[in-house]
Amino acid sequence: MRKFDTKVQYLKYKVLREVARQAWNDTLLQNVFEIPKMIVPGKTPTMRCCVYKERAILQERVKIAMGGNKENPNIIEVIDIACDECPAAGYEVTDSCRGCLAHRCEDVCKRGAISFDHNHEAHIDKSKCVECGQCAKVCPYTAIVNRKRPCQNACKIKAISINKNDNAAIIDNSKCIQCGACVYQCPFGAIMDKSYILNVIDILKAGEKGKNYKTYAIVAPSISSQFKYAKLGQVVTGLKELGFHTVVEAALGADMVAEKESRELAEKGFLTSSCCPAFVKYVKSTFPEMVEHVSHNLSPMTTLAKYIKDTTENAKVVFIGPCTAKKAEAQLETVKPYVDAVLTFEELQALFDSRDIEITELEEDVLDNASYFGRIFARSGGLADAVAEGLKEQNIDFDLKACVCDGIEECRTALLKKSKNVLDANFIEGMACIGGCIGGAGCLTHGEKNKAEVDKYGREAMEKSIASAVSILK
Amino acid sequence: MIVQICVGSSCHLKGSEQIVELMQNAVANNHLETEITLAGSFCTGRCNRVGVTVIVDDDTFTGVTPENFNEFFKTNILSRFEKEM
Repeated sequence: MRKFDTKVQYLKYKVLREVARQAWNDTLLQNVFEIPKMIVPGKTPTMRCCVYKERAILQERVKIAMGGNKENPNIIEVIDIACDECPAAGYEVTDSCRGCLAHRCEDVCKRGAISFDHNHEAHIDKSKCVECGQCAKVCPYTAIVNRKRPCQNACKIKAISINKNDNAAIIDNSKCIQCGACVYQCPFGAIMDKSYILNVIDILKAGEKGKNYKTYAIVAPSISSQFKYAKLGQVVTGLKELGFHTVVEAALGADMVAEKESRELAEKGFLTSSCCPAFVKYVKSTFPEMVEHVSHNLSPMTTLAKYIKDTTENAKVVFIGPCTAKKAEAQLETVKPYVDAVLTFEELQALFDSRDIEITELEEDVLDNASYFGRIFARSGGLADAVAEGLKEQNIDFDLKACVCDGIEECRTALLKKSKNVLDANFIEGMACIGGCIGGAGCLTHGEKNKAEVDKYGREAMEKSIASAVSILK
Repeated sequence: MIVQICVGSSCHLKGSEQIVELMQNAVANNHLETEITLAGSFCTGRCNRVGVTVIVDDDTFTGVTPENFNEFFKTNILSRFEKEM
């Protein structure tokens, strides 16, 4: 069955798997320069102009799989030599232009940027064009296209620009929120998220299956929409085979957060969520005056990791989720003591396969720590539902008016409205990815059915209320 | 004394919530709040077919159910205090 959405993900996976395999065998140092050749053997190029370029790019991928450039603080890195210099000219007239009589494009252009040649075909004067896109909209032949780079298109907060010298993409680190949209969208796989898979292998190896310390895997609820070729219980068994002591649902952390956040909301009167690290970073970088309204709760991942570390001596915690921004969150001073490493689902697949663990052949283990409400945090709207439930369960008399923001553009609109005091809501659920966490860049697959899978998984929870899920911890 | 009740997935499904409640009541009824620290623990690696795992200081007990709870509490927790007294 299909494991990935794109071949770029598959390539990235092959690199991760090989790096992990060598690391388990303690042969990484010896073979680090051989990995590109193992992936692209022979002399016939499979992706690029020649095998040498393919291997040079693969070497860069190996570096990123091993933690990437230590001097670049950003989790998201551009591989310059893989960046294919996509056309970035903006709106252009293509040869579909039939040289019609109507000239709607000319009429709609407020800047007078459109002129016609002797064949009556349209041309855009780039010195006048402001890229509004009106001409493209009105052309009955769809002859005008926007040649924007996929990475720039994906980056809704406009953190990507083009280097004038080599035409490669550059990321503005002060703006980037590590959501990973560009990583998932770049058709050449030229933007990648740094991997901490080696840190995880080190942690698991040194723990010696619990002899020296216990390693806990906290898995995000969006896992219910992943690894669909196997059963969730088999993924749990697989994690234990890798050397994890046990697996705990991040959704339990979400239950803990929902309970506290509903109280905080009633107390303060207005609040934004703090679960999505990309959203929080966006508020900090673009709406600093709104920072005071961000919930003071740690994220579900960190809340639960803190609980584990507070109750278990010498425990190690690895978070496994759909999110590249979580890798950045784990490096914050407030989070560092609790979360030792972050893996994406992509990386987990590579980790399983690096040990030749075929999860479909394993027995099913159980995973049940959280309530329905904690589990639906994984999809847009779930957090707001959980806060409403938290208010209800704790008998707090507060009229919740949630503004559910699905994707960073909607977050931007809501924050802008709030900063002008015209937002008709008292709670902002901010999720940087479309669809919520299930749209995260670190997911193996993204699909229409993922939301339904999360809801189904939520309904399967033994605990029906937040209070009963959290009560066991008190 | 530290008493840890397993709240990992396996024990949770076998009713650790009830055991937590019974334990809290038992501790209160015997006025041992200052003596016993109750805590949760995620999986002690001793998953059992029946009942919940409870760790009393360094000793691990498996298979605690609401039916055998009273006896478990008496023999494994209360007795330790009686010896001290």
